[in-house]
Amino acid sequence: MIKFLLMVNKQGQTRLSRYYEQVELGKRASLEADVVRGCLARRKEECSFVEFKDYKLVYRQYAALFIVVGITENENELSIYELVHNFVEVLDKYFSRVIMFSLDKVHIILDEMILNGHIVETNKTRILAPLLALDKMAES
Amino acid sequence: MREIMVRAMYCEMLGYDASFTYIHAIKLAQQGGVLEKRVGYLAVSLFLNEGHELLLLLVNTVLKDLQSTNLIEVCMALTVVAQVFPKDMIPAVLPLVEDKLSHPKEIIRRKAVLALYKFYLIAPNQVQHIHAKFCKALSDKDPGVMASSLHIYLQLIRSPDSYKDLTGSFVTILKQVLGGKLPVDFNYHSVPAPWLQIQLLRILSLLGKEDQSTSELMYEVLDESLRRAEMNHNITYAILYECVKAVYTIHPKAELLEKAARCIGNFVLSPKINLKYLGLKALTYVVQHDAKLALQHQMTIIECLDHSDFTIKRETLELLFRITNAQNVTVIVEKMLDFLRSCNDEHTIIHLIGKVAELAEKYPFNKPEFMNTLLPMKYNSWFIQTMNDVFSIGGDLLQQDDPNNFLRLLAEGSESKEEDDQLRLYAVESYLTVLKGHTSHLPQCFLQVMSWVLGEYAHLQESVDRREVIRLLTQLLDQRSVSSETRVWILSALTKIPEGQTDLILDLAESLSSSQDTVLRQQAQELRHLSQDSQLREFKPVAVVCVFSSQVDSSLSFLDGFVSEALAAGAAPYKPPHQRQEELCEDRALNLEPYSFSLPVSLSSCSITDRQSPTLLSVSSGLSGNSAELSQKAGSSTLILEGVKRVWGKDGYLPQKEATAPPVDEPSAAVQPASQQEAAERIEPRPEPSTQNQDKQQLASSLFVGLGVGSSVSLLGKSEAPPPRFRKKPRPHESSSSSGTSKRSSDSSSRSSRNTTDSFLYGSFPEEEPATSISTFDHTPKSTTANGLSQNKDTKEDRHANTSQILGGDMVIVRPSTIQDKHPPSVSSDLTALLPADLKDLPHSDVISLTSDPSLSLSSCRLFRDEALLLVIFISNCTETVIKDVAVQLTLKHKHQQMTLKNFFLLQVFEFMRLILMNSILSVTHRPLVVTTEEYGKLWLSLSHDVKQNLKLLTDAGDPLRTTLNALKDALQLHVVDIIGSEGIVACRLLSGAPCLLHCRVNGAALAMWLRSPHPALPDFILYHCQRALAHH
Repeated sequence: MIKFLLMVNKQGQTRLSRYYEQVELGKRASLEADVVRGCLARRKEECSFVEFKDYKLVYRQYAALFIVVGITENENELSIYELVHNFVEVLDKYFSRVIMFSLDKVHIILDEMILNGHIVETNKTRILAPLLALDKMAES
Repeated sequence: MREIMVRAMYCEMLGYDASFTYIHAIKLAQQGGVLEKRVGYLAVSLFLNEGHELLLLLVNTVLKDLQSTNLIEVCMALTVVAQVFPKDMIPAVLPLVEDKLSHPKEIIRRKAVLALYKFYLIAPNQVQHIHAKFCKALSDKDPGVMASSLHIYLQLIRSPDSYKDLTGSFVTILKQVLGGKLPVDFNYHSVPAPWLQIQLLRILSLLGKEDQSTSELMYEVLDESLRRAEMNHNITYAILYECVKAVYTIHPKAELLEKAARCIGNFVLSPKINLKYLGLKALTYVVQHDAKLALQHQMTIIECLDHSDFTIKRETLELLFRITNAQNVTVIVEKMLDFLRSCNDEHTIIHLIGKVAELAEKYPFNKPEFMNTLLPMKYNSWFIQTMNDVFSIGGDLLQQDDPNNFLRLLAEGSESKEEDDQLRLYAVESYLTVLKGHTSHLPQCFLQVMSWVLGEYAHLQESVDRREVIRLLTQLLDQRSVSSETRVWILSALTKIPEGQTDLILDLAESLSSSQDTVLRQQAQELRHLSQDSQLREFKPVAVVCVFSSQVDSSLSFLDGFVSEALAAGAAPYKPPHQRQEELCEDRALNLEPYSFSLPVSLSSCSITDRQSPTLLSVSSGLSGNSAELSQKAGSSTLILEGVKRVWGKDGYLPQKEATAPPVDEPSAAVQPASQQEAAERIEPRPEPSTQNQDKQQLASSLFVGLGVGSSVSLLGKSEAPPPRFRKKPRPHESSSSSGTSKRSSDSSSRSSRNTTDSFLYGSFPEEEPATSISTFDHTPKSTTANGLSQNKDTKEDRHANTSQILGGDMVIVRPSTIQDKHPPSVSSDLTALLPADLKDLPHSDVISLTSDPSLSLSSCRLFRDEALLLVIFISNCTETVIKDVAVQLTLKHKHQQMTLKNFFLLQVFEFMRLILMNSILSVTHRPLVVTTEEYGKLWLSLSHDVKQNLKLLTDAGDPLRTTLNALKDALQLHVVDIIGSEGIVACRLLSGAPCLLHCRVNGAALAMWLRSPHPALPDFILYHCQRALAHH
């Protein structure tokens, strides 16, 4: 199960966070700081999975952006690793290479892909369908 | 507004409280246009968690949107329902969501399934009725809908039994996915729906677990899945990993296992670090099933052990932990400790140190094998040293279990006392050395362990001066860093160190008597008294033993004497609160007129608390006064009490059976893995300096010793695979509830006795089954005496005499005329009408009279059941007197069976054959019990088993109660004790003495009967008789 998904920049600032398990607001900041520290400290040649408390982190770097996913022990790390890539590809497709960071839309995309910590959709067209429909209605 | 909401989301994300916007988020979802609505819903799902009260305000909006004609709105509503929705409001939306399952649009159907999944997670019983719809979703023509239904099934199949029949469907789906039947846009890097595949593989492995027939269905598709995943991409490896796991989870098939093992090889040998990690993880999983697999990859494992990557290292240790056996435990533990020393992550330390302790404790006592390891070390020293490391590294992060287990191990020891003492001796020595060094950095928990061991076992060490021990411990007390809890441990250790050295102790007590800590001060006082009073001191060793062997006596049996005294003094017996309540209520209803026997309940229960509490107090204070040591030990006893039971499984530390395996000399152990390495190296040659390589080989051979494949060194074989982890766990339940178990066992024994009775009565006739033995009948010298004639001793009973006296030795022996008798006298067949209900409908032979004499007559009847032939024996009492014991000897061709029916035994027979016995065959088993009303009242309160029921009231006479009771008295030989107003009390007893009290009250047209007896079955029995008697009347 996926516990949370974070997007962090190299300076350690959170760009997006989504929790699938209840974490108190006050604790989120320190958790995120720990997570970022754990991931940023790792070198390129080390593997993309980190033990963290009683669960695991899977991280992937895209230029200056880190995407970190917290998962439970029974989850398949590599599949999550690829899921992150899938997510990025979807973002790429929607924002057409210019990541104009609009928080709400990224969230909407993410909601289509992951629900309650489970992967529910990985088909790019289908992920984007509701959002595109929304855009169309907003335009008209 | 939308923009503002996005900013609020941003604020929350950065950790600032934006709770004032929550209500606006809900408003936005209610009122905004489509895009606003979506953002509003999004904000709600981000801000509010499930129990939040504001969510209730959302319910209406959701309902409205679910009914909207705008697909997008419906979609949004379903999304938010699947994310956060108040549990209580599920019924409100459930029908709407269900409707959506048959919506023409796939996205709506899909979201509806996911919403139902959410409902299932938070309130499983509310969606129980729509399991059929899940099934429909599974067979939906759209793959997306089908895929989302898999989430539900993955949850459901955790209890797989009822879903086995779906295996075929899942296999077919996976086949279609593999075959590329899905639309192209489901592909990810040209792999068809990889996450769907993973999901399916998980479901299959759950289904096939420990189920051969189900597993067989999936071999083919698993094989195909393994084959398909040859493409070199991360995601195919992710699928492969899942596939390998599935292959090893389900019922094994050699061919598949081999392929899976090869896959793992690809993983671990991969230069890609992520794959290597996954390979190790797979290996860790797989070695649980087949430890030999680790051998093939030993060189890789060794490399990973020295890998610079922390994660890889840790995973490797996890793997090593799984393959630990008695021979490689030293090396593996050493590796783990090395890792721990260089590690500073709290969670990792806690996790691993527990494992080290587990390993060290699991293998300390199998000496013979131990001596064969490549690093021969005295195992005592190794064990203690390891535990020292564990304590000093783990320190206060350790779970309380670990030191406790260690101390328990020391305290309980193994079979041989000598070995234990050696171990203890070594511990003492080593701790003395530690204490002589620098102690301020040692963790508290280590200090506690040391002080306990020193206190307990310092006397084993002859050579060390006691003064030295005391001095060292006192030194600890003076240190600032030592916590007060540890001080208590140290002090109790000091009390345990035997006599002499009064001066030191007195000094110490003096200095502590002004301590701020009251506990310490008290202990110091006790210490002083102890050291001054030699008599008290002599008393102590006993107390030590007491503490040691004491168990938590949950039945509080030690209070029994007290209780019986109190009872004798007229106190009311204890009643559980609910019963008391009930009785109080009843009293209130009854107390309109004085009623001497049931009234005292409330009063005496009050008085008992009054009277009892001071006595109790004095008792407990007396206790503490008598055994000062007992309370002194409180600190250590918290620990010792846990250690009372032998928690360790015997084979946990005793020499294992494999210990008899021939001792393996070093070379052969080394040679074997070396040849393995050669093989490994052939696969992937490494240009490494030979010395380093040799080191590694050395390490490899020490690590993998005992996992040997093939014939040469299969020392331990598979049985040495990591033992189940639960072995280590202490079992406090069992130790604390020994009384419970004994009760249970007695329960079962009584049940078994009943079963044997049954098997006798209905025992299959000829030699169908071997005689179950009832050998209680060991005094039957007369049973073979007369030939065909029955001996009839005088069994006349004097009703008022002591019945047991008469019944004790005398016995009626009825010998049957042989069963083979050609023309048996046929008995009136109405006896068959008395058969138990479950046998009544069976075809049966005529009832044959076997024999009879003036007192007893025996007849039998055969019943034909599908699987057995039953013999029913009717025993009838022809006299008016009571027969206490009936011995029936059955000679069935070659079988010789005997049985005795004791009185209580008969009662069980009654339960079983009530109908037969009812017709006054063995006419009466109970007698009136003549008691006074007061006695009745007392007796009533002391009885435990009660039954209540309404009976028919005989209304034909003027005083219905009296008439009814008299009728019962005549029919059942009861004693009517008293009749007061509309209530009456009646008593009777069994011949064995067990009383049964009846309390009757006129309740409208019925008679409310309340029976009590010490015998659990008696009230039912009497009640039944009463019913019948009244019915006949």
